[in-house]
Amino acid sequence: MGMRALFGLLLAAVMTFAAGAASAHPHVWITATSELLYAEDGSITGVRHAWTFDDMFSAYAVQGLESKTKGAYTREELVPLAQTNVESLKEYAYFTFARADGKKERFNEPVDYFLDYKDTVLTLHFTLPLKNPVKPKQLVLEVFDRSFFIDFQMAKDNPVKLVGAPAGCQMKLDRPSDGTATAQKLNEQTFMDGPNANFGMMFANKITVDCP
Amino acid sequence: MKPQLSPLARGLFACAGVIFVAAVADAALHDLLAQNPFGAPRPAQAAEPEAGGVIGWLLAKQSEFYRQMSSTIRAAKSDGSAVWTLLFISFAYGIFHAAGPGHGKAVIASYLVANRETARRGIALSFASALMQSLVAILIVGISAWVLNATAKTMCKAEGAIEIASYALIALFGVRLVWVKGRTFVRALQAAQPVPAIAGVPHDHDHHHHHDAHDHHGHDHHDHAHHDHGHDHVHDEHCGHSHGPTPSELAGPGGWRRGFAAILTVGIRPCSGAILVLVFALAQGLFWAGIAATFLMGLGTAITVAAIAVIAVSAKGIAARLSAGRDGGGALFMRGIEFGAAALVLLFGAGLLFGYIAAERTTCF
Repeated sequence: MGMRALFGLLLAAVMTFAAGAASAHPHVWITATSELLYAEDGSITGVRHAWTFDDMFSAYAVQGLESKTKGAYTREELVPLAQTNVESLKEYAYFTFARADGKKERFNEPVDYFLDYKDTVLTLHFTLPLKNPVKPKQLVLEVFDRSFFIDFQMAKDNPVKLVGAPAGCQMKLDRPSDGTATAQKLNEQTFMDGPNANFGMMFANKITVDCP
Repeated sequence: MKPQLSPLARGLFACAGVIFVAAVADAALHDLLAQNPFGAPRPAQAAEPEAGGVIGWLLAKQSEFYRQMSSTIRAAKSDGSAVWTLLFISFAYGIFHAAGPGHGKAVIASYLVANRETARRGIALSFASALMQSLVAILIVGISAWVLNATAKTMCKAEGAIEIASYALIALFGVRLVWVKGRTFVRALQAAQPVPAIAGVPHDHDHHHHHDAHDHHGHDHHDHAHHDHGHDHVHDEHCGHSHGPTPSELAGPGGWRRGFAAILTVGIRPCSGAILVLVFALAQGLFWAGIAATFLMGLGTAITVAAIAVIAVSAKGIAARLSAGRDGGGALFMRGIEFGAAALVLLFGAGLLFGYIAAERTTCF
């Protein structure tokens, strides 16, 4: 009988925690533009991101950094921070998830990375090379934070560029706000499935490229 | 055992129901409070993720308040009256944000349920831990950023260390609770076994131990005189509803010492939001505005956590009343709930510590 009571309590508790975990909300906002890089043979070699942070996080990130001019930071002065950024991003798989014809693709460590500081905000530029270049009929690229600590929004203007893509390739961007990015609708049930499991999925930016 | 099953099951459902209602009420509270927009303008760029349901709406609301903070702090540089808006936004944000596990809502509620605390103590604990949380955030930023001019990387490491420490504290706190409550529960289980009527010896033995367990928490057994020894084996049904601390206990040094572990456990970990706001305010040359905002956030947090605490205590009270006076199965049920709540604190701490529960991450990149 004690077991029954415990079971009931645990069930209720899991619900409470699930609700609690789901209430995590973003503390960092990123406005992103992404370029899909194509090789001459039409295969995709990688993704080039430019992520602009919100001003609050930017102020936090440059706290204590030395600069020649107060309130301005050159690319050189930001080198150590950019280094930290890309190293830390590894743990989160760069918040970038690619599938070529439904198969998961992996990325190598970022190259060509640097930070810009302009109008009190930081922009992180980096290129993610695909481990193996692919030439799929359909490529799906998603940019999101699973835990929704970071809110990714694709830029309003020219959010996605296809660089050197074969003729006839069609790009489609599903933003999280138009509700089409995710087939699953956000509801309480979603949070019952595992601890915070795919919470950020609801806020994914989904880039789909179909090539003939 | 068969006849006890029905009241127990009823109690069980009632309790689960009450907790469910509490969760819904939690959301409803946010709903209610949010309908007062404090005259703050909506951010123009707000393209909030469109998530359905109360939770999605909550998320959007939190983000909205949070995002207004940076622009308001900026505005406060030239316009002093913007500080009032900042304080309102911070307060509202605190109320909304307290739903996150990092704020120890769950720990406080579980602690209160496990330890038979009063609603009043729950409120006091909520406010004390929120105050401590604010102070820790201000100290971290004040010392590392303002005094030492440390970089974000250094601050982040400090935050990370505190985070680990706080999770370990929650787990330790849980271990202690489980130890104490587990013993009580096991005894309640033993007491619930239908022993043939050799009343005297096992009864006294049992009673003695219960006394021990309560003393551990400074509870008084006011109604020992009412126990009809030898009449009923499972006498401890009284424990569930007659051992609230007296007002003198609440105010006394022992009362605070008892709650201090909970305050420390919950309050040691600052909220990432507060840290970001403080550093941003410092960068704008308005550190004092950031400090004021942090305290208001803490106040808002305290109100929500206190509401949850009161609901948790009341829910347990209702469960106790529903299951009381039914052959002692009720007492066993209540000991089970207390043990479960204690186990929950432990699970929560261990889960956070080993990364199974994703809490609010520290800003480290």
